[in-house]
Amino acid sequence: MSMSWFEKLMPSRIRTEGSTKKTVPEGLWAKCPGCGAILYRTEVERNMDVCPKCDHHNRIGARRRLDLFLDEEPREEIGVELGPVDPLKFKDSKKYKDRIAQAQKKTGEKDALIVIQGRVKGVDLVAAAFEFGFMGGSMGSVVGERFVRAVNRCLEFNIPLVCFSASGGARMQESLFSLMQMAKTSAALQQLSKRGIPFISVMTDPTMGGVSASLAMLGDVNIAEPKALIGFAGPRVIEQTVRETLPEGFQRSEFLLEHGAIDMIMDRREMRDRLSSLLNVLMRKPVIHTPPRTPNETPEIIEPAAEPPADATPPAEPPESA
Amino acid sequence: MDLNFLEFEQPIAELEAKIEELRMLGNDNEINIQEEISKLQQKSSTLTEKIFSGLNPWQISQLSRHPKRPYTQDYIDALFDDFEELHGDRAFADDKAIIGGIGRIGGLAVMVIGHQKGRDTNEKVKRNFGMSRPEGYRKALRLMKTAERFGLPILTFIDTPGAYPGVGAEERGQSEAIAHNLFEMSGLRTPIICTVIGEGGSGGALAIGVGDHVMMLRYSTYSVISPEGCAAILWNSPDKASAAAEAMAITSDRLAELELIDEIVPEPLGGAHRDPKKTIENLRGALLNNLHRLSSQSIDNLLENRHKRLLSYGEYEASD
Repeated sequence: MSMSWFEKLMPSRIRTEGSTKKTVPEGLWAKCPGCGAILYRTEVERNMDVCPKCDHHNRIGARRRLDLFLDEEPREEIGVELGPVDPLKFKDSKKYKDRIAQAQKKTGEKDALIVIQGRVKGVDLVAAAFEFGFMGGSMGSVVGERFVRAVNRCLEFNIPLVCFSASGGARMQESLFSLMQMAKTSAALQQLSKRGIPFISVMTDPTMGGVSASLAMLGDVNIAEPKALIGFAGPRVIEQTVRETLPEGFQRSEFLLEHGAIDMIMDRREMRDRLSSLLNVLMRKPVIHTPPRTPNETPEIIEPAAEPPADATPPAEPPESA
Repeated sequence: MDLNFLEFEQPIAELEAKIEELRMLGNDNEINIQEEISKLQQKSSTLTEKIFSGLNPWQISQLSRHPKRPYTQDYIDALFDDFEELHGDRAFADDKAIIGGIGRIGGLAVMVIGHQKGRDTNEKVKRNFGMSRPEGYRKALRLMKTAERFGLPILTFIDTPGAYPGVGAEERGQSEAIAHNLFEMSGLRTPIICTVIGEGGSGGALAIGVGDHVMMLRYSTYSVISPEGCAAILWNSPDKASAAAEAMAITSDRLAELELIDEIVPEPLGGAHRDPKKTIENLRGALLNNLHRLSSQSIDNLLENRHKRLLSYGEYEASD
């Protein structure tokens, strides 16, 4: 493989010989997994972790995702007190308990879903994001419960829900508890739907298995980031079953759009603008012109965004806590 | 080795073969033979009891897939009068891995939906080994909506290795089809009773498994992934299926203990396939009981309970 022009320019002490995967050491420079361009890391970060050359969307963590998406104020995290347990005393080559501890240490999160009530360009909403770094973003009991609490908060304040999925699917170590989270999250979304509150599902790379076959596909609007892997069965499993190589681009966002599974593919950098606008239309709100993103000078108290519809039950009680 | 018997059933198979042989011997010393036969039958029954009292989860998993085990169609034939099968999802195809239709049980009109596996090679292929594609789940949902419209309670029979992992299935939205069923079933305004009769394989099982009352036949299994699949991923070796079956708590007794299912329907000694008639009668009793119980509730009440139940799934800790 020949060196890119940029690599040739670099002094040899920065340049690393050998495998293409490790062309650039961690730190100042990053190689785009999409086009292979060597990029100034800070520039990529400033660009929401999208390659400025080829628009490749890098995977990003849940906190960063929500941080990029939400207005700086107000923000209130939901379900932060919930943590995973090991109801089956599950042990494979490793104990589930140890896997949890390891994932918590690695990500700084208690589990694989983060939920925050906040605003996007002035639109009140609840936003949830999967942390793929936490056991592959797998859905166990905490993920399910946090998602339900997100929905409950939406019901309470009559505000929409946006969820960014990034998950390999169900968490096997929680076995049938995990499978039942599919039923649980879908049942919660059923209530949201009945009340006429919008749910926008944003599928990012990857959204597979039990997450894709439940909450992620249930958006009133289903959106995907470019080239994200989205599907039910993993490509390897399918390949083993049908014994043929899969077509180019199989189970990628563009494939899903072509087959009618999603409404649109959206660039991460446009999401604040387009999702807030989309939500305003769905909620039948007048056009709001908001100032550019700056922290509010005085922190605002979160209030219900609008009068609930006449037939809705008034938000009497806060969502139940365990 | 008799292929209609599992490995741990072989000692029983041998005894049964001997009994059969004696029966064939004919009428010469009739009394003596009869005596010998009942002795052997007693022995066979004791042996079966012994083997079945010590089954491990992996053995139960094999039982749940036993080639002689009754399938949905067998229960439909035996349990329902005036049954009419209804076909197709009205959009793409008729998926033969899921069958459904209307009929009566104990005089009550119901909608029946279940996964269907095949007995011989031809039928196995036709039924795609009980692995549904999106059109199967969509057919199921169409029938459930029909049931809701006419106030028919829904009975589902679960028996699938899982949703089919194929190119076409993905193209037509396997995920969406399953998700949509979970979403709709949680709000269907008619009683739903789900019974795992064999293999309860993951999302493909759950796609017709959301309801007011979830039962399992004694030797059926219900899991998030097959023991082989789990072993391949978490142990890096499909040979550890036995360990995976143990770890995942896939048997009816463990799942009842964990309150993930509501009721275990007993199976006769040696499993459903050794005495299908008895199994069918056990299931009839359980279905009728629950049908009467659930039908006496108001729909609003029913839905509230279903919802509460669905939202209660999961084990976690809450700290400050």
